[in-house]
Amino acid sequence: MSAKQILKTRIIVGMEIHVQLRTQTKMFCGCGLSFDAPPNSHVCPVCLGHPGTLPVINKQALRFAILAGLAMNCRIASYTKWDRKNYFYPDLPKNYQVSQYDLPICGEGHFDLPSETDPQTIRIRRAHLEEDAGKNIHDTGAHTLVDLNRAGTPLLEIVTEPDIHSAADAYAFCAELHRLVTYIGISDANMQMGQMRFEPNVNVEITHREGLSKTPIAEIKNLNSFRSVKNAIDYEAQRQIAAWEANPGYELGQAANENRGWNDDRGVTEFQRTKEAAHDYRYLPDPDLVPVTISETMMKEIRTDLPELPIARRKRFVSDLQLSSKDAETIVDHRATADLFEDAIEAGGPTDMLSKQMINIWLSLANDRQTDIANLGVSAAGIAELAGITDRGDINKSAAKQIAEAMLSDKQSPRELAKHLGLVQVKDTAATQAWVQQAIDNNAPAVQDVLSNPKKAKAAVGFLRGQVMRISGGQADPKLVGELIEKLLTPKPD
Amino acid sequence: MGEVIDTAALVRSGSSSAADVMDACLKRINSRDKAVNALVSYDEDRARADAARIDKKRADGQTLGKLAGVPVVVKDNICTEFSRTTCGSKILESYVSQFNAFVVDQLIDADAVIVGKANLDEFAMGSSTEFSLHGGTLNPWDTQRVPGGSSGGPAVAVASRMVSASLGSDTGGSIRQPASFCGVVGLKPSYGRVSRYGLVAYGSSLDQIGPFATSVDDAALMLEVIAGHDDRDSTSVNEDVPVYTDALHQPIDGKRVGVCDACFAEGLSDDVRLSVESSIEKMRDAGCEIVPIALPHMKYAIASYYMIAMAEASSNLARFDGVHYGYRAAEPRDLADMYATSRGEGFGAEVKRRIMMGTYALSSGYYDAYYLKALKVRRLIKVDFDAAYQRCDVIALPVAPTTAFAVGEKVEDPLAMYLSDMYTVFANLAGLCAISLPCGFDGSGLPIGWQLMGQPLGESTLLSMAHHYQSMTDYHLQAPELATK
Ligand SMILES: [Zn+2]
Repeated sequence: MSAKQILKTRIIVGMEIHVQLRTQTKMFCGCGLSFDAPPNSHVCPVCLGHPGTLPVINKQALRFAILAGLAMNCRIASYTKWDRKNYFYPDLPKNYQVSQYDLPICGEGHFDLPSETDPQTIRIRRAHLEEDAGKNIHDTGAHTLVDLNRAGTPLLEIVTEPDIHSAADAYAFCAELHRLVTYIGISDANMQMGQMRFEPNVNVEITHREGLSKTPIAEIKNLNSFRSVKNAIDYEAQRQIAAWEANPGYELGQAANENRGWNDDRGVTEFQRTKEAAHDYRYLPDPDLVPVTISETMMKEIRTDLPELPIARRKRFVSDLQLSSKDAETIVDHRATADLFEDAIEAGGPTDMLSKQMINIWLSLANDRQTDIANLGVSAAGIAELAGITDRGDINKSAAKQIAEAMLSDKQSPRELAKHLGLVQVKDTAATQAWVQQAIDNNAPAVQDVLSNPKKAKAAVGFLRGQVMRISGGQADPKLVGELIEKLLTPKPD
Repeated sequence: MGEVIDTAALVRSGSSSAADVMDACLKRINSRDKAVNALVSYDEDRARADAARIDKKRADGQTLGKLAGVPVVVKDNICTEFSRTTCGSKILESYVSQFNAFVVDQLIDADAVIVGKANLDEFAMGSSTEFSLHGGTLNPWDTQRVPGGSSGGPAVAVASRMVSASLGSDTGGSIRQPASFCGVVGLKPSYGRVSRYGLVAYGSSLDQIGPFATSVDDAALMLEVIAGHDDRDSTSVNEDVPVYTDALHQPIDGKRVGVCDACFAEGLSDDVRLSVESSIEKMRDAGCEIVPIALPHMKYAIASYYMIAMAEASSNLARFDGVHYGYRAAEPRDLADMYATSRGEGFGAEVKRRIMMGTYALSSGYYDAYYLKALKVRRLIKVDFDAAYQRCDVIALPVAPTTAFAVGEKVEDPLAMYLSDMYTVFANLAGLCAISLPCGFDGSGLPIGWQLMGQPLGESTLLSMAHHYQSMTDYHLQAPELATK
């Protein structure tokens, strides 16, 4: 029937995000955190839930949660408490999870999502601390095995208001939040290890000829990549629209809200259970834990730990340092890179050359070695000096890369390394002309192309320039070489 | 003066050996426990070895601790790594803890010897020590009667003089009521004074470990040893432990004893009322001022108490599910069946009753009417006591409405059983310290106890008042006939 004719649709998404905190120990006991240790090797009577044990709050987790709250402009509770969420599952040894119910540590806040075309504000509803469960392992035949290494790992659960209206924005928000939590140092947020998990709540507002309808809400569980967040939301919205078109009763409040899982192989969401069948968690205040009072002094102290946040830093790099927004994004992406970059500017390096070398040399060296730029063992002063001598033309760009590689193992300054490696650029025209002449003499076919084959001339000049650089051992000034090739191979007007 | 204090002094000085003390203790246990079933497990070899180690320590020139060579027993819901901790339940029938409770380590550090574990109502849920995997414990004054509960085992072990001191736990009267039924001293410390680490939880916001002894002096010494801050218990109080054995001797004249008329109204047996009233008169004679106090919300205490205890219990006992340790049903069909059958077969009827009532009280739609209301009443009761302690230093009241009742009498009537806690739950709800002291005998020769309740962390004052009362009476010196065998 034509009454179902859709005029407009709008996706409505609220996110729930679980972030594993990178504390020294678990949330309530002294066990260390582990991600690939042998099963049940990081456990003790407390996280095993043995009778007679009691939990003790991890103060570092508390600080991390406050830090995250401040970074998301949340109201931090002056008084927060702990509640038990009761449900039976083998990976939950006490059969209750210690969490926070009505007095979360972080209250309302907001997260400003930058965009050149469409900046948005995502409101944060709350963020609270809780303990993670262990893992049930089902792939061992008749039995289910339980690994409790993860049980008791501190989690921060962040809940947004339903302020996201496209899958792309959801992707951007998740990526930005990921950058934030690593930036402020509260989580490694390694997604393959499940250290950051996303659960979008999705429904669709449909404008049609008879008015406005909303579809029931689906919560898509346990996504662990930005891409799957985007794809799952896209798929789910389309599924809901199709379901609304097909079924008269498929409306929010009439049909049940549901939990769905994302099947990455098939690219579909799959029904898990309706929310009506949801557990009654019988929350109660945990009598084993005393409520926490957060003083102004403590807040002030934690506030000083708050670094400049990535979005603000990017803006500043563009406006104050005149970086392109793409370069700013690349450098700011990891805090260590951006810190080193700014330290090198402080040490006198030229900003423009520094930003180029940061991306083309240092980040690429770090990536090749699958490590962080901070672990390369080079100082800000060294980085600044390299950029300085490159900028002045003392060395050429390819020499800069060679010197950078040498700096990883050699503690000499870039200038000394340039000298020892014979990479100091030679600006002597006579010497350069001799190298160019040698290249011309040895490469007749290329010379022929330059002189008489317009189609290949450009490539041939490039080839000859490369030959000159090789002959000079990298010391020639590429700009001068280009000029001399042109001069020597331009047919003289007779 | 006290048996514990005397024994420790003799062993410390070398006048007695810990080995001889242990030998005598084991003889008493072997000849008396069959009649009353106070102990659920004890290991003679280990006890003798521990005693020998203490003697060797002394021979090596080391100074021995405050409880040198003193044999004690602890309730079987207090974790020990050297023996089973069953909680009187089939679900933990063969469970051995991986660690010692804080109090157990404190006892061992003070050179006490833990001879064995004492009987209790399953998971400390009961007022008669009839609901136990190990069978009921009997009252040494009359084995047709219950010893009270849930710490019936530790109370009887002391009352029949198998040991001079023991540890129990008190969630709503589980130390004080059996102390009163058995004619011994029972002390419930203020909430947080003693670490709960290693006490298998029943109602976590109410539970507290405390001693039984035959004298206030010994109870004070025991508290001195087990009290103190423990990083592993967030609710444990970080305050210095007074030297309670010195505090005993503080003068008490001019101290104010609060009396609430409502505590002496209907439901209280005449024998108990007369004994408690005459004890209060003795305090007046000793120079105390008797002041009337009001506890307006008293009548809601028992309902509030059971609601909170059961709600917490329903969550605390969820971990006993057959998955990780403890009893597991044979051949379960699936996970849900494993949970249901393991718990169904592993828990006794009273425990199941309380778990179900607690679960109900926390369920959505009922939470506000039951659990939340109980918490509000609890707050009002605390306010009542804060106001009362503006007017007095301790409050005097009965421990239980009657003396020991007959075995089986209240098994089929849970409500009657719950009401036997009507005078003791206040201290747990309000976090107070309280002591049960022998104060007479009823017409059948059964002991009667009275109760003094002090302010939170007011143990020094409480013990000095109790000690002064004890010095005017000899009820605590009387022992049942069994104790002479
Ligand atoms: Zn642990």
